[in-house]
Amino acid sequence: MKSMKKRKIMGTIVFHVFIIAFCFSMIYPLLWMVGSSFKENSEIFVRVRNILPTKWTIENYITGWKGFGGNTFVLFFRNSFFVAILTTVGTTLSSSFVAFGFARIKFRSRQFWFTCMIITMLLPNQVMIIPRYVMFNKMGWVGTFNPLIVPSFFGQAFSIFLVMQFIRTIPRDMDESAKIDGCSWFGIYWRILLPLIVPALVTVGLLAFIAAWEDFMGCLLYLNTPKKYTVAYALKLFNDSQKSDYGATFAMSALSLIPVMLLFFFFQKQLVEGISMQGLKG
Amino acid sequence: MVGTGEKKRRRRAYGSLSEFIDQDRIAGPLFILPFIIGLLVFTVYPFFSSLYYAFTDFQIGNPIKWLGFSNFIRMFSGTDDKFWISFFVTFKFAFVQVPMKLAFSLLVAIVLSRKSKAIGAYRSIFYIPSLMGGSVAVALMWKRLFGYDGAINSILSLLGVEAIPFLTSPKYALWTLTGLGVWQFGSAMLIFLAAIKSVPASYHEAAIVDGAGPVRRFFSITFPMLTPVLFFNLINQLIGSFQAFNSSYLITNGGDPLNSTLYYAVHLYTESFTYWRMGYGCAMAWFLLIIIGIFTSLIFKSSDAWVYYESER
Repeated sequence: MKSMKKRKIMGTIVFHVFIIAFCFSMIYPLLWMVGSSFKENSEIFVRVRNILPTKWTIENYITGWKGFGGNTFVLFFRNSFFVAILTTVGTTLSSSFVAFGFARIKFRSRQFWFTCMIITMLLPNQVMIIPRYVMFNKMGWVGTFNPLIVPSFFGQAFSIFLVMQFIRTIPRDMDESAKIDGCSWFGIYWRILLPLIVPALVTVGLLAFIAAWEDFMGCLLYLNTPKKYTVAYALKLFNDSQKSDYGATFAMSALSLIPVMLLFFFFQKQLVEGISMQGLKG
Repeated sequence: MVGTGEKKRRRRAYGSLSEFIDQDRIAGPLFILPFIIGLLVFTVYPFFSSLYYAFTDFQIGNPIKWLGFSNFIRMFSGTDDKFWISFFVTFKFAFVQVPMKLAFSLLVAIVLSRKSKAIGAYRSIFYIPSLMGGSVAVALMWKRLFGYDGAINSILSLLGVEAIPFLTSPKYALWTLTGLGVWQFGSAMLIFLAAIKSVPASYHEAAIVDGAGPVRRFFSITFPMLTPVLFFNLINQLIGSFQAFNSSYLITNGGDPLNSTLYYAVHLYTESFTYWRMGYGCAMAWFLLIIIGIFTSLIFKSSDAWVYYESER
């Protein structure tokens, strides 16, 4: 009996050691980037594989922050926050609104529109981007943030789906008693359901923010003046302009990931559970 | 209106505008109206416009000329030599990345499905690359990580391996980018993990009573119940891979070296927004749509054979 227990403990230790090693190699690239951002430029490619600098310095951050073309990263971060926050609000509101309609109200065309929504998730983006650009151009929106923000207020298939799955786990009893009491559908949505689906909204909001924050293609297509660049786009141009100062790029890259990391630390549970939900039946 | 020919007059179910709106058949469509508008404006209209443009020489600002099949001839005949190159690059990329990503995510999910206090932490750490992998920051970092004098080669030198030109050799560049994609298996893993854990414990208990070992239980119980999720992940990943853009554009300047990393989406972008051959770009987009459609249908059709839905007995 004793040796069996010993073997089990050994097995567990081996298991954890392997997993931890694997985890470390998974995040090594990120650690390397952050660590290198604190190295002096001369050191970065001398003792390359080491994460920790021999001499810590923040000169990369200072150089990097200056940005390029007279625009500092203050401007770029401000633009990114602006776009990301508005997109998040738009997505969360519209997706929950639409999801309620799909999940709770019975009407004839429901299945048809729902199928349409599923189909949109299978379409490659490329089919739509050119005419969308032409359309936005005609509206004078190229060069503004509008093409990035406005569509989010019209519901986003994936988010709608996520919220719908969540709504399905909520019993209809309250809806029904509210209906009997004379409450309107909007009233049910606003006062009864919305407070109950906050976890789903948090997940949708988080994913929307992160997607908007990291979006590159949208900026590439529509933002053509430096004053409007977001961090994602500015980072790329900044990197191009730095022939050998990799430290500054690492520094700004690390900074650009901070909002995402913070969201991850504080909302780990919601993020992970939100994504995981797609694996459950229903 | 009230049905014709009815003798009795039907009483209206509503007395005021707000009551009218509150009927199911009105309220429902109203709630999903934002989605419908968005769908029509941002998806349906562009969808059909691009089909039209595909047969023209459309360039912004210039009058349109109908070209018939010229764009497609240019694509398939090899006049645009980059077309087939980009197609096969993307094909290779997708058909290596997707199986590897699925395999990793499934394996790691299985390993992490045992009960343990630290699993939550491990789960989160594996997910982190997924979270930021698509960002510009990570792409730029990957370029330096795998540079000739980068960290990975430095580590390899520890093992006595010679430096590999990860991003400068046509032999390796595409696989280095594939690695970036596979590194982000975390989100698919989370989905598998949730599915594994949702298998009712009673199934396993019954099997244990019958004497089934863990391996047998996995292949007979867990795996079949995972197939719907596998199906979902497979379709998602495949469609996503065909549209890959960022890693090529940001890391290898959209093609270096020698077009070995020229993704289809990058070539499409260059044709449409650098050379302003938008008609051609739309033709390329529609070809992509058809290819994706073919593969999706194949997977759907085959799903009868290997996807197990619990509701069917």
